[in-house]
Amino acid sequence: MSDARPPGACALVTGGSRGIGAAIARALAADGWPVAVNYLTGAKPAAEVVASIEAAGGRAVAIEADVTDPAAPATLLDAVQSALGGPVLALVNNAGVRADGLALSLSDEDWRIVLDTNLGSTYRLTRAALRAMIRARYGRVISIASVVGPRANAGQANYAASKAAVIAFTKTAAVEVARRGVTINAVAPGLIATDMTQDIPQAFRDRVPAARAGTPDEVAAAVAFLASDRASYITATTVYVDGGLSA
Amino acid sequence: MAEHSPEQIEKVITDSLISFGANADEINRDAELTALDIDSLDLAELSQIIEEHFGVELTSGDVAEISTVGDAIDLVAERA
Repeated sequence: MSDARPPGACALVTGGSRGIGAAIARALAADGWPVAVNYLTGAKPAAEVVASIEAAGGRAVAIEADVTDPAAPATLLDAVQSALGGPVLALVNNAGVRADGLALSLSDEDWRIVLDTNLGSTYRLTRAALRAMIRARYGRVISIASVVGPRANAGQANYAASKAAVIAFTKTAAVEVARRGVTINAVAPGLIATDMTQDIPQAFRDRVPAARAGTPDEVAAAVAFLASDRASYITATTVYVDGGLSA
Repeated sequence: MAEHSPEQIEKVITDSLISFGANADEINRDAELTALDIDSLDLAELSQIIEEHFGVELTSGDVAEISTVGDAIDLVAERA
């Protein structure tokens, strides 16, 4: 069993062009990971993330892919190998969407797109990435969950279901591969100041014990730790980065 | 498809089983994989190794049919 990151190991961050994903990509690069920044629509911000990583002395590449495409995992993993010269041994499942509405009025499409993006892509990418990880006897999968899921949040039944399922998937997949030196964990952000949370009502903000929104860098720090060799014995768990919101 | 001798196939499979923790002295054609402490994760990895070495894709149904070391060797030899 190897506890140290193998030479050539690369990281892939889905939805890495903005917000939490961009901060994670930068944090992993700062820890020495060559990083693939996946994006769907944000070509320009993804290029900016890559440029900022390179300016800081790191290696990165931006790769466009729709993670809801069943062919995306194989394509993405091959593209990372070609561009960065190594296998993806750290996968950060960050790509996610919201389509809020009361459960009694959610459309089938709002249900499907949120479950498929947040949960389906996490499953498909993890399944594909685990192949190289179990062979390498080393791997890190970190999926971005949410405080919403373990806890209720009216108007987000689809989002909550997807994120609670990500945590459940994380636990079971983790125990399946633990003895191959692969860890699988979730990070559950609370209210984080990003484009995605600008419309969160003040009443929700007032529930945060820390009395402020978190930053993408504060989430990225937890992800970078879980990706590090220092976290080699941490698996099947969820780290909450929420200013006490879930307490 | 490249030709692969039964000996090559046997060696790859035996080496893989040893890397999974099986006792080399107990590996023979008649040995049951469960008796060698080979479990479903090991078999999933063995499928990958077989695919890489011989270009043979084993489905989960194929893998479920394998109970002895000889079964695995014969299945791959049949398709390689």
